[in-house]
Amino acid sequence: MEALKEELKNKIIEQLNLEDVSVDEIADNDPLFGEGLGLDSIDALELIVMLDKDYGIKLSDPKEGKKIFESIDTMATYISENSPK
Amino acid sequence: MKKVFINGCGVISAQKTFDNKAFLEEVITYNDRVMPVVNPVYKDFISGGAARRMALGVKMGVVASNLAMQDAQLDSVDAIITGTGMGCLIDSEKFLSKLIDNNEEFLTPTSFIQSTHNTVGGQIALGIQCKGYNFTYVHSGASFESALLDAQLQLSSGEEENILVGGVDENAPHTLEIHKLIRFVKEENTDTSSLLESNTSGAIFGEGAGFFTLSTKEQESSYAQVIAVETLNTLSKENLEERIISFLEENGSNVSEIDAVILGNNGDVDFDRYYNLLSEGVFANTQQVYYKHLCGEYNTASSFGFWLGAKILKTQSIPEVVKLNKKQTSTLKTILLYNQYRGENHSFTLLKQC
Repeated sequence: MEALKEELKNKIIEQLNLEDVSVDEIADNDPLFGEGLGLDSIDALELIVMLDKDYGIKLSDPKEGKKIFESIDTMATYISENSPK
Repeated sequence: MKKVFINGCGVISAQKTFDNKAFLEEVITYNDRVMPVVNPVYKDFISGGAARRMALGVKMGVVASNLAMQDAQLDSVDAIITGTGMGCLIDSEKFLSKLIDNNEEFLTPTSFIQSTHNTVGGQIALGIQCKGYNFTYVHSGASFESALLDAQLQLSSGEEENILVGGVDENAPHTLEIHKLIRFVKEENTDTSSLLESNTSGAIFGEGAGFFTLSTKEQESSYAQVIAVETLNTLSKENLEERIISFLEENGSNVSEIDAVILGNNGDVDFDRYYNLLSEGVFANTQQVYYKHLCGEYNTASSFGFWLGAKILKTQSIPEVVKLNKKQTSTLKTILLYNQYRGENHSFTLLKQC
């Protein structure tokens, strides 16, 4: 699980071009949207595509995303429970 | 008809032109096939959050427009008019590469959103909250002049008072490779300080952004007056001199009144003939100026020439590095710019001292 969290942080930084953010600066339970990392709706779409491409998870209900993308913790838990890879 | 003044400049190029206090005192020479830009510190102008989705062309456009507005001491403008030959190439390539690599699946929105030609104009408007006229011209080598012509017409007819107008183009790896394959880029590294002596085909490619605040009101910071702009998609070498003479006559001027002619020579032996016709012909006794050895060739490189003309008229000086001949002029009142790319998209721009 810890390795997955580290992997997710690296992917988020790389794919969302968060040049000024390092892996150490993202806590596992930091909110990804709003006051935390400050991601927005376009980033949410990028994360949905990332889930599909890298972990084989298709989000059929976009409302699910709100809970899944709450933090690195929630993302990692969802991926480990639902990824067929 | 109202007069049109250049009140502010912002230029990012292969030279340190973003510093408006300097005027080519320090020149960077390259020995290459492509020139990169000298980047300002973009973070001084664009927040990290906004910058993370911007490719180089957008950043250059946003910062160059910001500099042009600062220079003219303006917080807002009535309209934004952009010229770009190739648009936001980096994101276009990124989007299309993903489309191919991922077999048309897993397409993310960011590069698509940022890949449109009018992204630069849109981002400038978002930054300064300008809800006015916003137009982007994509007319190959005459893109900047098309934007300039639109601005000049709107200002002279009194429709607007202050317009931000500019040209921007960025290099991207795949497109650059194609231009190398078709030999539009020189096949060999070339020393920019002796570009016109290369005697080979193709040009040294470049990239950059040049934005200007044009206004109907003259002010202390004014550089020059824009008298006329004309673009011609096709023009034969045989008709070039005649067309230029007519352009000058139509605008109440003539060859003897031109104190300096700024030519777009890019060292391509096949197409510099157009410029040579003028420098050896009708403008043989005029001070000749060139600039593409400083900024490279790109569809909106003539915005660098426009900046050069404006700076020359304001400072009443011509840097040695841009002099093509040694004709001396006591005062610099009228400047003509002529540009074309590969024998097409010719443009004439007439500037006068304020």
